[in-house]
Amino acid sequence: MAEKRITVRATRFDPAKDSEPRLQSYDIPFSDDSMVVLDALNYIKSHVDGSLSYRWSCRMGICGSCGMTVNGTPKLTCSAFLRDYWPGSITITPLNNFPIVRDLVVDMEDFMEKLKSIKPWIIRKQEMPLGAGEHRQTMEQIDDFRQFSQCINCMLCYAACPVYGLDDKFLGPAAIALARRYNLDSRDQGTKERLPVIAHSDGVWECSFVGECSVVCPKGVDPAKAIQQTKLDTSVRFILPYGNRE
Amino acid sequence: MDFESYDVLVVGGGLAGIRAAIAVVETNPSLKVGMVSKVYPMRSHTVSAEGGAAAVLRPEDSYETHAYDTIKGSDYLADQDVVEAFVREAPIEVIQMEHWGCPWSRDPDGKISVRPFGGMTTWRTCFAADKTGFHMLHTVFQTSLKYPQIHRHDEAFVTKLLVEDGRCVGVVAIDMRSGRFDAITAKAVILATGGMGRVYAFTTNGNICTGDGMALAYRAGVGLKDMEMVQFHPTGLPFTGILITEAVRGEGGYLTNKDGERFLKRYVPNKMELGPRDIISRAMITEFEAGRGFEGPHGKYMHLDVRHLGEAVIDRKLPFMRELGREFVGIDIVHDPIPVRPVMHYMMGGVDANISGATPVSGLYAAGECANVGLNGGNRLGSNSLSECLVFGAATGRAAADYVSSAKAVSANPIEGMLKDETKRIEMDYLEKKSGEERIGAIREDMQLSMDAGAGVFRTREGLENLTKQLGKLRDRFGRIKIEDSSRTFNTELMSVLELDYMLEVAEVITYSALAREESRGAHARRDFPERDDEKFLKHTIAFRTDEISPRLEYRDVRITNFKPQARAY
Repeated sequence: MAEKRITVRATRFDPAKDSEPRLQSYDIPFSDDSMVVLDALNYIKSHVDGSLSYRWSCRMGICGSCGMTVNGTPKLTCSAFLRDYWPGSITITPLNNFPIVRDLVVDMEDFMEKLKSIKPWIIRKQEMPLGAGEHRQTMEQIDDFRQFSQCINCMLCYAACPVYGLDDKFLGPAAIALARRYNLDSRDQGTKERLPVIAHSDGVWECSFVGECSVVCPKGVDPAKAIQQTKLDTSVRFILPYGNRE
Repeated sequence: MDFESYDVLVVGGGLAGIRAAIAVVETNPSLKVGMVSKVYPMRSHTVSAEGGAAAVLRPEDSYETHAYDTIKGSDYLADQDVVEAFVREAPIEVIQMEHWGCPWSRDPDGKISVRPFGGMTTWRTCFAADKTGFHMLHTVFQTSLKYPQIHRHDEAFVTKLLVEDGRCVGVVAIDMRSGRFDAITAKAVILATGGMGRVYAFTTNGNICTGDGMALAYRAGVGLKDMEMVQFHPTGLPFTGILITEAVRGEGGYLTNKDGERFLKRYVPNKMELGPRDIISRAMITEFEAGRGFEGPHGKYMHLDVRHLGEAVIDRKLPFMRELGREFVGIDIVHDPIPVRPVMHYMMGGVDANISGATPVSGLYAAGECANVGLNGGNRLGSNSLSECLVFGAATGRAAADYVSSAKAVSANPIEGMLKDETKRIEMDYLEKKSGEERIGAIREDMQLSMDAGAGVFRTREGLENLTKQLGKLRDRFGRIKIEDSSRTFNTELMSVLELDYMLEVAEVITYSALAREESRGAHARRDFPERDDEKFLKHTIAFRTDEISPRLEYRDVRITNFKPQARAY
């Protein structure tokens, strides 16, 4: 039997040489049914063209490095199987809505700033001394925020978000989901400190509830839900007497 | 010329590095800390740790038992004073992580849960479902964002340690985005660069685990300690090498051979699936050799079976394993056994460092997997490494903070010349290299396959000697390497070639250290020397770089306090 092969097109862009991104086509062996899109890129880099640039590390869907657009859909390339595309071809482009640094590498500094802006750490009026042991927390209390704590910062949701595509001032799905993660944590008392950022005009209110963020999330996080819950929360806070606004 | 300058510079943004950075500023809030990482910190390989972090938290547990388990697990190659200090600090660090927001799994009374783990005589492994490393890393990284004193250099690759008059005063790093070479100076440097699993072909380790800090220290004249001690985890997925956590066995999973037999009864009858990793990996290979393994398209394997645990337990305690099974194997572990085989997982050895993380070069520290502080000896117990990152990350950060309070400022004078030399080296050798025909990928793959074959679970003199010859040839081929990417913007090929250079160095140290240790201890199993030899080898191997491919080896006695070496049976 002839060796199975698959055609992979990948974005090439070097700002020093290219005025705009172009696609380069590679024909590579599809030698094992377990191969993923990332394996195809690694084959190209090892055997065909050492200059192809992209990020990856864990190849088990947890480090969040290898998000790219595969045939139009934001995906973790380590978990996208070639067999799901073959005998068709594969087109790999960088994640949408981000500036391209080089080839398939995007600039995510904007997210890093946004992440910091929502104060993603436990805020308490008074820190408990270490000697006092742990805060008690039940599994039910963890269930309140569990899904929002599963975000791997892979940026697929930003790539899928039409609002972020139009206006990168929008705080965006992952950052809001992570703010929600801390606000819902029984150990945290920082909701009020996070409010100015998430209730700001560039915060939750920008979202037009398309819900694509939740569809593309590879980890089952539902940022759309986080955004809607936060909208409700901030409205209720506004109605409640001042003293009740925690 | 002005250089970015810090009091303490941390190289690496995983659990140990970030914990160290926070410890520096908590010890002295006026200190300025730099953190250089070749990836965004939340991509660091800590993220892939699954099972948990060991700490004595229960009244029925004791420091003494945790210490004993660790020392016995190490096959008596651990330094016992270090272990005794470690077990006392681990619970404090686990509580600290809790205060920072780590979503530890809980008991009904709201306290942190513990689960059984291999080689531990009691339940003491704290966990956040089966994504413990992921949750710990994101918790500690997000917490670090609240300290304005910590300044990050994300996606910057360190090529050299700056050593001046026997003192480490910073690094040279390439900013990946711009391709700029920077000298980043500091009164103290902490290496926290993680492991080196990519030296092997079949490994649980991510692409970034290339032994950078080990090679950097080695080149700066620091010894690498016990590098022959390479841990093979019993349960990796065939083909990918993705880790299936030991917690699967901790929660009651069975390992069975092709006859459906729980074969560990022949090897660790009192511990069965909760035996230590080195022994179980050897048992699996022995069973394969006896023809009792399954044969698959990606080699021999065993079954790891959790079907009897039921869906509720699996979803509560092992949800990520179910996800990995579905995504990467196409099975539902609730209904199907998981195919697994031994896979390179962890380096017990590392940069020679003391209990405070200090190396023999003043101003240079090391913590986490890249370091060897004497905790793990010949075999690390599962769930001790996340705790090690916390305990020794913190200890090293505190020690570095103390050191810099009396250390002299770094003089900019010699730095400029060192930066120029290093820039020139990399431009001449790689970026502007015109000739060459050897592909990076080909040399790397040959190195990895050679290491799998020659320095795997079982070793022999013949195999190791053959490996030294192959590594010598790979070194020659490395000299004829072909570089296709001359761009200064995010040049991942340049990063790959520098990583390969580091990995070849690490591979050489592993091989020569393994060749010289003519005994079997912990993870180092010599078929030609099957017994442990305390007379000759109750000692650490320390490898120093020479001008040859082979290092100069020295030996240092293990520090024994309260636990006399005994036969290690489970």
